Amino acid sequence: MKAARFELAAPTSLGEALELLERHGDGAKVIAGGQSLMPLLALRFAQPEVLIDLNRIEGLAGIRQLDDGGVALGAMTRTRELEMDPTIAAQVPLAAQAAPLIAHRAIRNRGTVGGAVAHADAAAELPAVMLACGATMVAVSTTGRREIPAADFFLTHYTTALEPTEILVELRLPAPPAGAGTAFEEISRRHGDFAMTGAATMVHLSRGRVRDARVALIGVADRALALDTTSLLDQFPRREALEEFATAAAAGLDPSSDQHASAEYRRHLAAVLVRRTLESASAAAAA
Amino acid sequence: MPGDRRIEVEVNGARRRGECEARTTLADFLRDELGLTGTHLGCEHGVCGACTVLVDGRAVRSCLMLAAQAEGAAVMTIEGFADDPRGRALQEAFRASHALQCGFCTPGFLATAHELLADADGAPLGEEEIREAISGTLCRCTGYANIVKAVAAVAAGEP
Repeated sequence: MKAARFELAAPTSLGEALELLERHGDGAKVIAGGQSLMPLLALRFAQPEVLIDLNRIEGLAGIRQLDDGGVALGAMTRTRELEMDPTIAAQVPLAAQAAPLIAHRAIRNRGTVGGAVAHADAAAELPAVMLACGATMVAVSTTGRREIPAADFFLTHYTTALEPTEILVELRLPAPPAGAGTAFEEISRRHGDFAMTGAATMVHLSRGRVRDARVALIGVADRALALDTTSLLDQFPRREALEEFATAAAAGLDPSSDQHASAEYRRHLAAVLVRRTLESASAAAAA
Repeated sequence: MPGDRRIEVEVNGARRRGECEARTTLADFLRDELGLTGTHLGCEHGVCGACTVLVDGRAVRSCLMLAAQAEGAAVMTIEGFADDPRGRALQEAFRASHALQCGFCTPGFLATAHELLADADGAPLGEEEIREAISGTLCRCTGYANIVKAVAAVAAGEP
């Protein structure tokens, strides 16, 4: 199908884009890489009056290492850059572990990190990475700049804490502390498909015990879902303890059934993936 | 195609100007405005990969990019492959390996493989790597085995 008619604005500065967004309000959509929005336009699920294209704005893309070892990702950074950049692999390995699993290469060539996070598909990888990293989203509007912790950012299906007049400009990922390990795993029907379920996990060990752990799941709720990991704290990361945590966590989920997987199967996958990622993140932390 | 926008894109080494609407995809612009119908549209929403072309050397689904966004970019479509050494080698290998039957998906596979080979820069490619790279492109005829064989042959330096 062909998209319904819209006006296309291609501002060359962020200020211009923000003014356009403020002027057109709910009638406008922001387009970044377009790898989620273009299908929605083609299927006419989205019919904006105005499309504001961020691709001609200088300075919104790029990967920058921060003084504290973390990394700032410009919102227009392509997913393929995230996958290939050596700084990402060295400083925020969880993002590098997740990146190759995001759709297909031709999609990663265009799709952007900010677009994926702002689109907030409940089965997308990057929102879970943001939660498990404890990342901060930086949004701007004509009235100022706001930093939003990942934990407060993802609200429900395709809905984030961004106001209609705000544009997401940067994702800040702190480096995991020394003694931490990470893992990302997902299960999809075919390589590159949206995952039925996936888990992004960070484990921080101190003297062999869990000092901190963050686990975020995709495909099992209306958004990327951070688990309560309190019961893991101070435990040795032995298989039985991790399995017990994973089983209890999965039992507390209420995923929906669709043509790809039943709710019961998704709960099963969640238990397996939580246990597996906790094991490999703990092994990486201990290494 | 009625259009209120004029754009200029380099296509297969030549500067091409044309008209489009804001909503016109790069795929429709190539096919309907420039007459380059070798770019095939299957699903038109980014699932089948048939419309994949090279934009500034990168494989891109031309149904998921607006024509206006390609202003100033260099696009290579299947019509440009015969004049490109790697493109030519891929075409010959696909023919030699019987890597196509109906041919509808072939332009998308060739663009996808072209980028993979450019990134590999002469290194041989394993079957897993090739299968992962082409996983975003659907073929309903061949069962993929001969496509993998053709790409591996080019990577190994055989025609």
